[in-house]
Amino acid sequence: MNNLKVLFNGIVKENPTFVLLLGMCPTLATTTSAINGMSMGLATMFVLILSNFLISLIKNLVPDMVRIPCYIVVIASLVTVLQMLMQAYVPDIYETLGLFIPLIVVNCIILGRAEAFAAKNNPVASIFDGIGIGIGFTLALTLLGAVREFLGTGGVFGFTLQGEQYGMLMFVLAPGAFLTLGYLIAIVNKIKK
Amino acid sequence: MEYILIFITAIFVNNVILSQFLGICPFLGVSKKIETAAGMGAAVTFVLTLATIVTYLIQIYVLNPCGLAYLQTIAFILVIAALVQMVEIILKKVSPSLYQALGVFLPLITTNCCILGVAIQVASNQYDSQGLEFGLLPGIVYAISTALGFALAMIIFAGLREQLLFARIPKAMQGMPIALITASLLAMSFMGFSGVDGGLKVLFGIE
Repeated sequence: MNNLKVLFNGIVKENPTFVLLLGMCPTLATTTSAINGMSMGLATMFVLILSNFLISLIKNLVPDMVRIPCYIVVIASLVTVLQMLMQAYVPDIYETLGLFIPLIVVNCIILGRAEAFAAKNNPVASIFDGIGIGIGFTLALTLLGAVREFLGTGGVFGFTLQGEQYGMLMFVLAPGAFLTLGYLIAIVNKIKK
Repeated sequence: MEYILIFITAIFVNNVILSQFLGICPFLGVSKKIETAAGMGAAVTFVLTLATIVTYLIQIYVLNPCGLAYLQTIAFILVIAALVQMVEIILKKVSPSLYQALGVFLPLITTNCCILGVAIQVASNQYDSQGLEFGLLPGIVYAISTALGFALAMIIFAGLREQLLFARIPKAMQGMPIALITASLLAMSFMGFSGVDGGLKVLFGIE
């Protein structure tokens, strides 16, 4: 009921990328291909769910004055756990995403949800919010990655859909990231109205 | 010579915003006016340089000898947050006029990913595209030039956005979409510098 509403709220109505416009750095930097975008989304989702859960558990214990530093320590510890897990089990993806894994700490989505949702709701609802926002972020990143990969190399998820000679390299490079995201947000705006 | 190479590469070839995608939030958020963009650029230059020095020293003299390298992320973000607070307090006392100019932007900087990003790059010697080993001094030069690159991109982008106010833009494109497309064109023009670093290396006889 209510929890499901929270879940879908994160995917559609408050989609972090297309509606709230949060967490732009990893969104633009890691979506060179669909699979990279998806792994970044899943990594962020992992941290988001756990940080939402933990912060909503400790929200009554921390004084209001120092809550932001406390939240940041919780998030940074979770990111360190994630770094170690990824180094151990998926070293290839860890290499590709590189710097942007530790930078999940300063992703505004995570601190934003901690402040806006987890600090005011119970742990179960916070987990659902984390899942919802996480799925919304992952879907957005995968979509952006797929569009860029298709236009840039002619394939999606590594499957070739059209000959490589039709690929426009620019879409894999930096300008393509800005351009694709700009048009995707414009399309979302158009549909919303 | 090495330092000139780092300087030019970090500002133009590997611009922190337009090709490394660090610090996109302030780039899109506070770039509506040239003055605020310049203020943010100055604040970032100041904090980025300080933060890089402090985190580098912590990495070399505290984390590495104690075998705590895995605490890098936690340690750095705390150091940066504390540093920003400290800079704010000191500026308020020592130079109120500078505080007036930078004050608004300082709290925003803690969550600016280019500070943490550059600190990690320098501390873990990740800036390998040049094949240069980072000591403290090249690290500082890199931090300053990255920050100048940030300020440059911010100011150009703010200038472009001021002009956009006079343009008639389709409704769905207003706001963020048109800003992103402008940024894309700017990134494309900065791509014109790619290869300059290789040429400079030959010129200076580094490789």
